[in-house]
Amino acid sequence: MSELLLKVRDLMIEGRSDETWNPIINGCSFDLNKGEVLGMIGESGAGKSTVGLAAMGFTRDGCRISGGTVEFDGIDLVNASAAVKRGLLGKRIAYVAQSAAASFNPAHRLIDQHTEGPVQHGVMPREESQEDAMELYRRLRLPNPEEIGFRYPHQVSGGQLQRAMTAMAMACRPDLIIFDEPTTALDVTTQIEVLASIRDIVEQFNTAAIYITHDLAVVAQMADKIKVLLKGDEVEEADTRTMLSDPQEEYTKSLWAVRSFQRPTKPAVPADAVPVVSVKNVSAAYGKVPVLFDVSFDIHAGRTVAVVGESGSGKSTAARCITGLLPPTSGVIEFDGEPIPADYRSRTKMQLRQAQMIYQMADTALNPRKTIGEIIGRPVQFYMGLTGSAKRKRVDELLNEIELEPSQYFHRLPSELSGGQKQRVGIARALAAEPKFIICDEVTSALDQLVAEGILKLLAKLQDELGLSYMFITHDLATVRSIADEVVVMKDGRVVEAGPKKEMFTPPHHAYTDLLLSSVPEMDPDWLTNLLDARGVDNIGDAAVGKM
Amino acid sequence: MSTWLSILIAFPVMAGVAWVFRFAGRSATSNKPFFRDMPFGVAFGYVVAAVAILLAFKIYFVDQVLFFRWAMQGLIIFTVSAFLFRLLGRLVGTAGSRKLFRSMPLTAAFGVMIVLAYAILAIFAPVFAPYGEEQVFAAANTLPGSDPATGGDPAHLLGTDQIGRDLMSRLIYGARNTVGIAFATTCLAFFIGGSLGFLAATIGGWLDQVLSRAVDVLMAIPALIFALLLMTIASAWSVKLGIPLTIFMILIIAIIDSTRVYRLARAVGVNIVVMDYIEAAKLRGEGLTYLIFREILPNATAPLLAEFGLRFCFVFLTIASLSFLGVGIQPPLADWGTMVRDLAQFINFAQFSPLTAALPILAAGAIALLTVAVNFIVDWMLQKSSGLKE
Amino acid sequence: MGSVTRIILQRLALGLLTLFIVSIVIFIAVNLLPGDFAEAILGQGATPEAVASIREGLGLDKPPITRYFDWLGGAIQGDLGSSFAQANFASFTGSDAASGTTVAEQIAPRFKNTLFLAGVTAAIAVPVSIFLGVLAALYRNSIFDRATNILTLSSISSPDFFLAYVLILFLSVLNPLLPSLSNIYDGMDFSERLVKSLLPALTLTLAVTAQMMRMTRAAIINLLASPYIEMARLKGISPMRVIVTHALPNALAPIITVIALNLAYLITGVVVVEVVFVYPGIGQLFVDSVKIRDIPVVQACCLIFAAAYILLNLSADVLSILSNPRLRHPK
Repeated sequence: MSELLLKVRDLMIEGRSDETWNPIINGCSFDLNKGEVLGMIGESGAGKSTVGLAAMGFTRDGCRISGGTVEFDGIDLVNASAAVKRGLLGKRIAYVAQSAAASFNPAHRLIDQHTEGPVQHGVMPREESQEDAMELYRRLRLPNPEEIGFRYPHQVSGGQLQRAMTAMAMACRPDLIIFDEPTTALDVTTQIEVLASIRDIVEQFNTAAIYITHDLAVVAQMADKIKVLLKGDEVEEADTRTMLSDPQEEYTKSLWAVRSFQRPTKPAVPADAVPVVSVKNVSAAYGKVPVLFDVSFDIHAGRTVAVVGESGSGKSTAARCITGLLPPTSGVIEFDGEPIPADYRSRTKMQLRQAQMIYQMADTALNPRKTIGEIIGRPVQFYMGLTGSAKRKRVDELLNEIELEPSQYFHRLPSELSGGQKQRVGIARALAAEPKFIICDEVTSALDQLVAEGILKLLAKLQDELGLSYMFITHDLATVRSIADEVVVMKDGRVVEAGPKKEMFTPPHHAYTDLLLSSVPEMDPDWLTNLLDARGVDNIGDAAVGKM
Repeated sequence: MSTWLSILIAFPVMAGVAWVFRFAGRSATSNKPFFRDMPFGVAFGYVVAAVAILLAFKIYFVDQVLFFRWAMQGLIIFTVSAFLFRLLGRLVGTAGSRKLFRSMPLTAAFGVMIVLAYAILAIFAPVFAPYGEEQVFAAANTLPGSDPATGGDPAHLLGTDQIGRDLMSRLIYGARNTVGIAFATTCLAFFIGGSLGFLAATIGGWLDQVLSRAVDVLMAIPALIFALLLMTIASAWSVKLGIPLTIFMILIIAIIDSTRVYRLARAVGVNIVVMDYIEAAKLRGEGLTYLIFREILPNATAPLLAEFGLRFCFVFLTIASLSFLGVGIQPPLADWGTMVRDLAQFINFAQFSPLTAALPILAAGAIALLTVAVNFIVDWMLQKSSGLKE
Repeated sequence: MGSVTRIILQRLALGLLTLFIVSIVIFIAVNLLPGDFAEAILGQGATPEAVASIREGLGLDKPPITRYFDWLGGAIQGDLGSSFAQANFASFTGSDAASGTTVAEQIAPRFKNTLFLAGVTAAIAVPVSIFLGVLAALYRNSIFDRATNILTLSSISSPDFFLAYVLILFLSVLNPLLPSLSNIYDGMDFSERLVKSLLPALTLTLAVTAQMMRMTRAAIINLLASPYIEMARLKGISPMRVIVTHALPNALAPIITVIALNLAYLITGVVVVEVVFVYPGIGQLFVDSVKIRDIPVVQACCLIFAAAYILLNLSADVLSILSNPRLRHPK
C-alpha cells in the first residue's frame, strides 16, 4: 500500500508578468503513495492549480518550473523530454478540470473524446474502450450509460459532464488523477452526487489522487491527508483527521474557525409591526417567460432575511422586482406599508434612497475610473446635498465605518484594492444613502472564506448600530446559518418554505429544504459516508435522473 | 525559368541542412532540451531565416541594387532614431511619460516619433518648404538631384512637375493637406458615430433598432465603392453650387466612416451599460447626461482612442486612394495621392534615373509611413489593454 | 436539423432584404444629382432637343418609383440599361440611343476578368495566409511571430498603390520578370493571361494575406487558450493531433469568416489595383465611368459590388452556422 508514487521536492514555479519572472510557488514538497488521496487547499491565488499541474510535469503558458524536482514513479518529470511526458499524460497521470463544460471539445461526442486517450496511447482498441466507457458511466451512476456517450457536450448537464470527465480520466486506468476543483461550479445538491461517485471510483481502482479545492468540508470527505497552501508557500500538511481536529498553524486555525461565526437569536417580531419591505403576491416574467410565481415575504426593521435557493430559483429576480428594475406582472411591493411604483423610474428620490443594493461582483459594481472618494461621495452629494468639506467629512466617516483608513484610501482607484476592500466600498456606497433597507446579492460568494467572514461581521455590526434591514440573497447555507434571522427558501420561482432561522434548521422540513440542508458538506470526514448510508445510494441515482 | 528551378531545388537542400543542423545541435550540446524538443519544422525555419539573411547581404553588397540599399539604409536609420528617441523619452519628461516610454516597444516608439514628425511638418509646412505650394516656376519638368548635367536644377532639390511647381514644397505641403483633411474627417466621423452610438447603447429601444439597421444597410456597401458613387454625384453639385469638391469629400467620407465608429461605440457602450455600477447609478436616480459623461465615457476612452487610430488610417488611405483615382482632393491643393498618380510613369526610368523613379515611391511611401506608424501605436495600445491574455 | 435550416433561411431572407434596400439607397443617391441625368451628361451647351431625346430614350420622363422598378426589374433579368457614354455618342450621331451598347454588354467581359484576378489572388492568398497564421499562432511571441507581426502590420497599413509600385519597381522595371501592364483580352491562352495578371494578383495578395494571416492567428490563439485544448494536451495527445482534431474543427467558423471578409475586401481593393496595372476589369470601368459621370454604369457597378459583398458576408455567416456543433446537434 505505502508504495511511493509521486515525490515532489522544493518545487519552485515562476510566472511571467511585465517582462519579468516572478515567483508563484516558493518551494513545495510532498509525497504521494499509491492509492492515496492528497487534498490540497488554499484561497484563491495560493497556487494550488499550478502545483497540481506541475505534478504532471506541465506548466501553463507564461509559467515555468524554476527549481526543485517532480518524480513520478522514478521518472524525473521536470527534465523529461516532451515525448516521454506525452507518454505518461492521459495514460498514467490524468486530469479532471474545474469546468467540464469548457474542457470537453464541443465538436466531438463524449465517447469519442473518451476513447481518444486509450487508442492514442495504445492501451486498448476503440471498441473495447467504448465498452469500457459505458461500464465506467454505469459505475459513476450516469443515467442511460449506453447512450449518454453518444451525445455532444452541450447536450449534457454540468454535473453529468463532470462525471463523464472523471470517466475519461479513468479511461486508461491511470495511477494518479489530479482533480482541479471539480465541483466548484456545481450546485450543492449536484455536488453531492459528483463527490460520491468520484470517491467511489477512486477507491474501486485504488487510484492515487490530488484533490484541489478551496472548500474544507469537501476536502475532508475526499482526502486521506491535507496540505494547506498560502500565496505560494506551504503552511502545513497532516493526515485529514489530525488536520481537522488539531491544526498547528495560525492560518489553518483561522480557516477552520470561519464556520463558527454565528449571531445571537433575536426576539420574535411583534405581530403588529409594520414590515420595512413587504413583497405581496409578486409574479414576474422576462419577456414572455414567467420566472416568479406569487412570491410573498416581509422584511422587518433590524432583521436579516436570507433568500436561499440554487441557481435559477428566482432569488435575484425577486430583488430586481423590489428595486424596480423588473416591474412585476402582478402583485405589489410596499415600503413601510405603503405601496410604491413598480418601475424605479417612477419612484421618488426618497423612495430610491430607502432601498440600496450591494452586488456580488465588486469588480463590476464600482466604476473602475473613479476614486473611492468619488464613488462614496456621489450618493452623499446626490441625496444629502453635501458638498466640499462637509462631503469629505461624511465620506471619511463612512470609510471609518467600513474599517478603511480614509487618508489612505480616499484617492485610490478600485483596481488598487483587494476583493474584500472593494466589497467594503460597495457597502459604504450603500450606507452613504442612509437607507433603511439593503439588498445583499451573493455579496460573499466571490470572496475567500476569511475575507467573507470579515464582510459578514461588518454587516452584522452595521445592522446593530444603524438598525438596518437586509435581504440576503445566497446559495450558501453556511452563510445563512451565520447571519440570517429569517429564511426564505426558493425553488423554480416559488417560495417553498419560509420562517425564522431556528425553525428552518430543525426538522421537520419541506422535502426540498431537507435535500438542500443535508447536501451542505460538513467538516466531519465521515459526513459523506453517513449521508450516503442515510439516503441510500439508489436515492442519489434517482436525484440524478430527476435533474435530467 | 532557371530562377524557379533553383528555388525548387533549394527546398530539399534546405531541409537536409535543417536535419543536419538539429542533429549537430543535439550531439554538440549533449541533448539539451532546446535541441532535443525541437520539431523539424522549427529547425527548417532557422535555416530558411539564415538563407534569407544571406540573400539580403548578397543583394546589398554583391549585386548592389540601389533601391534595396536605400530601403535597408532607411530601415537602419529609422530603427536607430527610434531607439534614440525612446532613450530620450526615458530620460526626459515627467515621471508618467518616462514610465510610458519604459514600457514601450521599439515599434511603438517609432510610431510616436513619426507621428510627431508629421505633426510638426504639417503645422510648420511654410517654414520647411522652400517655396509656396502653388508657386509656378519657369523651369518645368526638371529632374531631381540638383545637378544640371542630369537635367536637374540646383534651386529645386526634387525637381519640378509638368507646370513647374517645386516638388519638394508640394511634398511638404502635402503633409498639411492630406493629413489635415484626413484628421478633420476622422474627428467628424467620431463626433457623429460616437454620439449616436453611445445614445443608442444607453437609451436602447426603437432608437437603437432604427440606427443599427440603417448602419447595417450602409455597411453592406463597400466603403470605397460607396465613396466613389457619392463623389460622382457630389462632383456635379460642386460645379453647380461652387463649393469645393474637397468639402463634399470630407462630409461623404465622414458619414461613411461614422457607421463603423457607431458600431464600435455602441458595442463598447452596451458592454459598459450592463455593468453593475451603471445599474447602481440608475437606481440612484441619475440622469442621462450624468450616465453618459460621468459613468460610461471615462470607461470607453481606451478602446475609442485605439479605434481613432485605426479609423484615421482607414480614412487617410481612402482619401489617398480617391485622390489617386482622381476624384479626391482637388488641385491646386498639393496632395500625396494625386502626386503619386501624376508621377507614376517615372517609375519606368528606374534603370537610367533612379532618383526620378523614386519620386512616386517617395510620395506613396510618405502615406504608408504615417499609417504604419499609427498602426504600430494602436497595436501597442491594444496589446497593453488586452493585458496578459496571451 | 430543423432549426439550422430555419436560421439559414432567415439569414438568406435578411441578405435579400439588405440587397433590396441597398439598391434603393443607390437609386436614391443617383437621383440626388442636380437637374437630371440628361443635363448632367450633356452639359450646359446642349440643345433642348438633344436633352429631350435623351430624356425620353432613357425613360427619365417617368416618375422615380416607376423608374426604380423598371431598373430593378431589368437588373434582375440582366438588363442594366444603356450606357450614357453610348447614349451621348448616339445623340450626336443622330442614331437611336437604344441601339447603343448596353451596360450589361460592357460589364460582362470585364466582370469576368475581375473574377479571374480575384480567383488567382484567392488561390495564392488563402492557403499561404492560413498556413502562416497557424504557424504564427503556434510559435507566438517567438522572433518569427514578432517579425511577421511587423511585416503584416506594415503591409496592411500601406496603400495598395504603394505596394503595387514597389512590386513594379523590383519585379518589372529592375528585374524584368513580370509585365507591369496587364493588357489582357479575349482569346488569350490561360498561361499568358496568368502571367499578365500575376503582378496585380501579387499586389492584392500582399494586402489581403497580411490581414487574413493576422485574423487567423488571433482566431487560433483564442482557441488554443480554451480549456479543452489544455485538456487534450493533458491527455498526452501529440501536438499535431491537437491541432488537427481538436483545434481545427472549432476554428472552421472563424477561419471561414476571415476568408469571406477578405474576399469581400478584395472587391474594394481591386479598384485601385486595376487602375495601377490598367487591368481591364470592372473596377477600372467603374472609375472611368465615375470620371465621366456615366450614371447607369456607375449604378450597375455599384450594385454588382454591393451584391458580391453581401453574398460573401452571407456565405460566411451560413458556413459558420453550419460548422457550429451546437446548432448542428440541438438538444
